Amino acid sequence: MNQYEAGNYDVVVVGAGHAGSEAALAAARMGAKTLLLTINLDMVAFMPCNPSVGGPAKGVVVREIDALGGEMGRNIDKTYIQMRMLNTGKGPAVRALRAQADKYAYANEMKFTIEKTENLTLRQGIVESLIVEDEECKGVVTNAGAVYRAKSVVLTAGTSSRGQIIIGELKYSSGPNNSIPSIKLSENLEALGFELNRFKTGTPPRVKASTINYAVTEEQPGDEQANHFSFATPDSAYLRNQLSCWLTYTNEKTHDIIQANLHRAPMFTGIVEGVGARYCPSIEDKIVRFSDKPRHQMFLEPEGRHTEEVYVQGLSTSLPEDVQHQMIHSVVGLENAEMMRPGYAIEYDVVVPHQLRPTLETKKITGLFTAGQMNGTSGYEEAAGQGLIAGMNAALSVQGKEPFVMKRSDGYIGVMIDDLVTKGTNEPYRLLTSRAEYRLLLRHDNADLRLTEIGHELGLVHEAQYAHFLEKKAQVEAEMKRLGKTRLKPTAEVQAFLEEKGSAPLKDGILAIDFLKRPEITYLEVLQFAPRDFALPRAVEEQVEIQVKYEGYIKKAAEKVEKMKKMEGKRIPERIDYDAINGLATEARQKLKKIQPETVAQASRISGVNPADISILLVYIEQGKIAKIEAE
Amino acid sequence: MSLEFDTIAAISTPPGEGAIAIVRLSGAEAFEIADRVYRSGSKKIKQVPSHTIHYGHIVDPNTEEIADEVMVSVMQGPKTFTREDVVEINCHGGIVSVNQVLQLLLSHGARLAEPGEFTKRAFLNGRIDLSQAEAVMDLIRAKTDRAMHVALSQLDGNLSTLIRNLRGIILDTLAQVEVNIDYPEYDDVEEMTTKLLKEKAVQVRGNIAQLLETAKQGKILREGLATAIIGRPNVGKSSLLNHLLQEEKAIVTDIAGTTRDVIEEYVNVQGVPLKLIDTAGIRETEDLVEQIGVERSRKALAEADLVLLVFNQNEPLTSEDRALIEATNESNRIVILNKMDLENQLDVAQLEQVVDPSSIVRTSLLSQAGVKELEGKIAALFFSGQTGEKDATYVSNVRHIALLNQAMAALDEVVVGIDAEMPVDLVQIDMTRCWDLLGEITGDSVQDELLTQLFSQFCLGK
Repeated sequence: MNQYEAGNYDVVVVGAGHAGSEAALAAARMGAKTLLLTINLDMVAFMPCNPSVGGPAKGVVVREIDALGGEMGRNIDKTYIQMRMLNTGKGPAVRALRAQADKYAYANEMKFTIEKTENLTLRQGIVESLIVEDEECKGVVTNAGAVYRAKSVVLTAGTSSRGQIIIGELKYSSGPNNSIPSIKLSENLEALGFELNRFKTGTPPRVKASTINYAVTEEQPGDEQANHFSFATPDSAYLRNQLSCWLTYTNEKTHDIIQANLHRAPMFTGIVEGVGARYCPSIEDKIVRFSDKPRHQMFLEPEGRHTEEVYVQGLSTSLPEDVQHQMIHSVVGLENAEMMRPGYAIEYDVVVPHQLRPTLETKKITGLFTAGQMNGTSGYEEAAGQGLIAGMNAALSVQGKEPFVMKRSDGYIGVMIDDLVTKGTNEPYRLLTSRAEYRLLLRHDNADLRLTEIGHELGLVHEAQYAHFLEKKAQVEAEMKRLGKTRLKPTAEVQAFLEEKGSAPLKDGILAIDFLKRPEITYLEVLQFAPRDFALPRAVEEQVEIQVKYEGYIKKAAEKVEKMKKMEGKRIPERIDYDAINGLATEARQKLKKIQPETVAQASRISGVNPADISILLVYIEQGKIAKIEAE
Repeated sequence: MSLEFDTIAAISTPPGEGAIAIVRLSGAEAFEIADRVYRSGSKKIKQVPSHTIHYGHIVDPNTEEIADEVMVSVMQGPKTFTREDVVEINCHGGIVSVNQVLQLLLSHGARLAEPGEFTKRAFLNGRIDLSQAEAVMDLIRAKTDRAMHVALSQLDGNLSTLIRNLRGIILDTLAQVEVNIDYPEYDDVEEMTTKLLKEKAVQVRGNIAQLLETAKQGKILREGLATAIIGRPNVGKSSLLNHLLQEEKAIVTDIAGTTRDVIEEYVNVQGVPLKLIDTAGIRETEDLVEQIGVERSRKALAEADLVLLVFNQNEPLTSEDRALIEATNESNRIVILNKMDLENQLDVAQLEQVVDPSSIVRTSLLSQAGVKELEGKIAALFFSGQTGEKDATYVSNVRHIALLNQAMAALDEVVVGIDAEMPVDLVQIDMTRCWDLLGEITGDSVQDELLTQLFSQFCLGK
């Protein structure tokens, strides 16, 4: 193939899925001349699996992306067909927003945004190799021979990386949804010395809406109450005409069909070699592992307004196509359902993430970043969060600026990246709220308060968004101050209200802010007795309520952060010779050598490194008795 | 390249007169250094089998002058306390010869061990965990067999096992809370309600409370039961003191880490270590035959866990006696009616109206009568019926007690939160905190400054 010089860029992003889209937008918005290359222009921000965005932890990530000036939140707000708040019965730390997306509208909207963005070129092309000189990445070469020179390269190849689709006995080379896979790039990474691993994920079949008997399923409508992902989307934009999802269950018959065909299930016959996720199992996996469960939930989710395709959540499978037909027909409501696409499993290459810095730059090759599913995660939100960070750091590196690393105490994106580069993952990594030790501080309602400043400093948050944020911040502070000054008297009216609530009567006057601290009293109720003559947005009211009501717990969480800060500040010298530290357990020694943590805190999070090992490490560091490996 | 610890040496037995004293050497060069000063024909420590003991002499190699006649234990790592090569030289007791042996080792390649350094190495070399490291210190300081037993069982990891079980319970509970949060729409997992959470919190709290109950006893086993002997002059305080101090019962020790001028006297009464308060005062009083009485006694009372109130039953109760009864009403008290060999002049029926009759013991310290009964009462009072439970897990370490108290407080906050109808994901914060705190006892959570603090507490050569 003849090669030709196709252009010079600051940043080249390879792959235009959810990670690549954010990466390219971030780099371009920060002023870097950016090229976004994708195998197929019709698959920009494509949703090959579930047509939804958000949920526990993931929803917070979307808000964090929004606060940092990323696109995912705004894009879903323009293209959702249903919005629901989850965990409303629980506390503020775990409330989670989830949207059903019109997957075609979502992809189109994102593509259009990218096309309109300054400094950003979107182009079709299959990248086959990287240009690497002196352990520095200088660009990419496509299968058509186009040579794109760049100062930084971000790889977001996702499940395309040597992807193989498996349906029963059928196995063929393919990217997601029968797209062209990226094979040469994987080989190139291997040749460059990267350690790759093989993961597996899957997707359920899609059925035709008009062939579903919805009457025998349970309707799950969207919320009445307006909510959006982006802090910039007003409540007034809330979609009233939402589409419902529907709940049904597998049954004994479904399970019998699966049992009878396990000998044809790639999961068990050895055809699938990649490691799948425990928390996102295929239906055959669920039935084998939880054989005592008589039924499993299935949600029927519309894929968009202008399609009949319905996603069968909970029925992810790689059983043969004929078995999939039988399975579907065994389910209540789907007796006559027509399967439009079969479910499939897909295996793909991942870059083992301990090879990355917390900036998502590879340790081996300067200027080369990887993000998204390629780093071993699962989910659009996880991918987008990484893409944003990788894109930012690619641009910062080009501009010769300090890199940006999000701390675990600043956001879920920070938790995720630290987990990846520190603990690694032996299955597709999904964010869970339980992965965040400071969960109460990392709420979706305060993502803007946590991160907008950072996004603004980086040049990602535009002035209108920033002004909006400053206003909200000021309003919250002012209202807290007002409640802290307003005294409620034990009037007959107040006492009667309290008695009706079953709340203890007032003995004396009480500050409105202390009144709100009573668990059974809401902010709106406080307003009855501490009225204000000006309106406040709901988000401000919510923020005031949460900050006041849960002050005690928030303080405890903040103390924990402080405690960890000391450990974060304890740096481990570079090229430390772990072999020379006698007391370390063998596993700990191996892990420390492999991951080379930068701080004691990071070391303490490596699985297999026990507190005893950390104590030993601390003693060595304190005593300064550290042996170093000779520089190569 | 590899980093080796240098070889350290120290006297490992308490300073003072004893039948034997032990000098311990630990490190990669322990055998070589010992061989430089050890003489026994052509025998070389380097060549003898591991875990054997050998007769010989320690000499100054420059002059071949004998410093002491010794027995030498040779132990090859890693099956040793520090996991390094260890040599223990059993010398004759007495400061001079032991010091000379130590000096010889130091001048032939060894370095004087820092306080706690042997234990620190055991810990650093992965031989023992944190709670075990602390137990070693307790073991060394143990005042009686029973105290030793507590320390030993902690060394076995008894406490660690118990704490890990409690952490297991908490972790199970937390895990279920988490599943409910991360998978809100799935009905596969039973909802962990705050009611269930409360049950678990109360259960674990109960277990911690039980453990803390033993803390008081554990502290006494470790530090001794502070005991005051009070009474008017000439009622027999001095005899009682001398009786308690007689023979091998007396333990004279210096408290670790301090100088020898803070000397307290310990006696072992049926396994209960008594720390006698103000013994000097008692002697002084008797010597000077002065009226110091109540004032001085009051002072001793303030710090006492146990009061031994002595009366002379050969005399009626005086107003001063009554004042002492008054002053000790709030204390753990045993009333001793001494001089029962003499005529009874004290109205016992009247006395029994103001003190608990079961706390009264009649003795004749002169003829030893009633002394066994007195000792039995002291032991019974302390163990409150629990005597003989040797395998019970005692918490005796101050740091552990503090952490357990904090853990219990965290669980209390769990309950408070649930009663205040706080959502489960907030209540969980306190549950997790309890989990972290318990982990600090076993060293399963890391705490930065813990180690420095911990190891600085160790005595030289342990």
